[in-house]
Amino acid sequence: MSIPDAALITGVLGATLRLATPLIYGTIGETFSERAGILNLGIEGMMLMGASIGFLVGYDTGNLWLGILAAIIIGILLGMIMAFLTVSIGAQQHVAGLGLTIACSGFSFYIYRVSVEKNIAGGVTPHVTPFSTIPIPYLSQIPIIGEVLFNQHALAYIGLLLVPISTFILFRTRFGLALRAVGENPNAAATSGINVFRMRYLSLMIAGALSAVGGAWLSLAQSGMFLPGLTQGRGWVCIALVVFANWSPFKVLAGAILFGGIDAVQLSLQSVGWDIPYQLFLMLPYLLTITALILVSRRARAPAALLSSYKRED
Amino acid sequence: MTSRRLNVIAPVLSTVAALLISAVPIYLQDVNPIFGYERLLFGALGDKLALTETFVVFAPLLLCGLAVALAFTCKFWNIGAEGQLYAGGLIGTFFAVYATSIPAVIAIPATLLFGFLGGAAWAAWPAVLKVKLRVDEVVTTLLGNWVMTYAVAAILFGPWKNPVTGWHESPAISDTTKYPILIAGSRFHLGIIVGLLVAVVFYIIIRKTKWGFELLAIGANPTASYAAGINVKRQIIIAAIVSGGIAGLAGIGQVAGIQFHMETDLSPGFGYTGVVIAMVGALSPIGVVLASFLMAVIVQGTQAMSRATGVPWALAEGMQGIILLCLLVGVFFTRYRLKVAR
Repeated sequence: MSIPDAALITGVLGATLRLATPLIYGTIGETFSERAGILNLGIEGMMLMGASIGFLVGYDTGNLWLGILAAIIIGILLGMIMAFLTVSIGAQQHVAGLGLTIACSGFSFYIYRVSVEKNIAGGVTPHVTPFSTIPIPYLSQIPIIGEVLFNQHALAYIGLLLVPISTFILFRTRFGLALRAVGENPNAAATSGINVFRMRYLSLMIAGALSAVGGAWLSLAQSGMFLPGLTQGRGWVCIALVVFANWSPFKVLAGAILFGGIDAVQLSLQSVGWDIPYQLFLMLPYLLTITALILVSRRARAPAALLSSYKRED
Repeated sequence: MTSRRLNVIAPVLSTVAALLISAVPIYLQDVNPIFGYERLLFGALGDKLALTETFVVFAPLLLCGLAVALAFTCKFWNIGAEGQLYAGGLIGTFFAVYATSIPAVIAIPATLLFGFLGGAAWAAWPAVLKVKLRVDEVVTTLLGNWVMTYAVAAILFGPWKNPVTGWHESPAISDTTKYPILIAGSRFHLGIIVGLLVAVVFYIIIRKTKWGFELLAIGANPTASYAAGINVKRQIIIAAIVSGGIAGLAGIGQVAGIQFHMETDLSPGFGYTGVVIAMVGALSPIGVVLASFLMAVIVQGTQAMSRATGVPWALAEGMQGIILLCLLVGVFFTRYRLKVAR
């Protein structure tokens, strides 16, 4: 194999941040819900639904940002359903989440099929012109770094901004403190006057909105179309990433870039026709996470009340 | 109201609720939901072909449902039946491809054993990690699904590509390891009987054996079980291994009964549906058998409804999810009423 040229490296690095973007949204959302004590296995379904509804609205109106807005709304609704199940009626979190994902997986494609069938005749797959990149003046001219960091979609920039913002919210505000308290010890939090139900509802609504945007990014910025199972398990990668990142948004960024990078390398190896099966690369994020889980197991850092439902003591 | 009656009422009500909810999108498509559901029932049960095909789907669903139910009985939250199914399919196929000179009487049970072992191995490590290092099994079994499906794909796209077709599937298994067809002119194969036998064994384990009693005790209260002298850690590991093995039987059953070689899309998510089935079946063997049949009817019948009415087939998956969500709500409200009545 010849020495890879600069263009290829720039390509891989540029693709890294692009591929990391949906992971950043999903994982930060999942961080919020897990910090409040809810393991949201509905995330895969929320991403799929965001991808489907976001695409349909963007396609119908011709305005991709309206698509993103629609994804946010459907994400919040799904977050409320998840909260109703796990918070209000105390259903087991993993079962409720899985049920939500299965339902969304079916209905995301169902709604898509029903909606486009009425508009489209013949076998043309409907598509939109995806979000274009917004080069930042001057900065995007820097060799390699400029292309990698400063010539991205608006959603990628916003995703990067989300990292410090969510860190600030979680660790520097009263709201964040209350949210983490609810995830560590809901009874103590309730005693100190925090409304546990409200905090968990809000955390899941944030999780839903962010995951759905991550999903909508796939249909509106990456492919410009919707396909069944478009997310290809990225929701589960986000679940893995939260653990990998030790429930901290800044480590989420590092982890998402690592996982996005693995994906980018895998894609470019596939395109140059390398012999190693690319599935081994797709497997890597999961293996890394399982290894990380084993390594951190001795100092269990997960929010203490994760997976436990809270019952109000009357 | 006893909890036994609750276990019957909640699933029935949630299924009815899910059918009503799913009637809305059907109606919005200008299809009469009653006509749609009539097509669904007819397509799943209406004639010999439909009924045998429903049983063909029933077999892997039943095994996955039993696998999940066994693990959930002792609160080992195994979300990994999908990966264990693939592991069982892979290891079983390895044996079945090369077992060319063994008579069927031995070859079929041996193939099943290898399938069982493959699934068991893939459930063993999350159980050991949970028991020894307290690593949460929900996450490890879930991620294990993806590791295994990608591993299977890597093997089938790479070293174990079918040498005849060049397609990403394993070489064909030898004829002696194929499940016999039990109803001529259909695909009703031995795997359906295997599934029902496992259900009977499950029933005996839970109702008649000390081990089953201990699993129920662990599920009810692990701390008290430990205090009562039950080796909780050991029983959880064994339950996980048997659970994975049963899911592995589902995988090798798809190979030996339907596909005749290992495939990258051996399962359209049977392992995840297994979680729905285990919950709807209230973790009881009879409940799981009935719930598996219900899901098989939905999966099989929706295809017929889709052909007759144009309602997209994806509705089947949506309905499964809605049934599970309705069940969670239903269980809550029936319990709630129980409390108030006191």
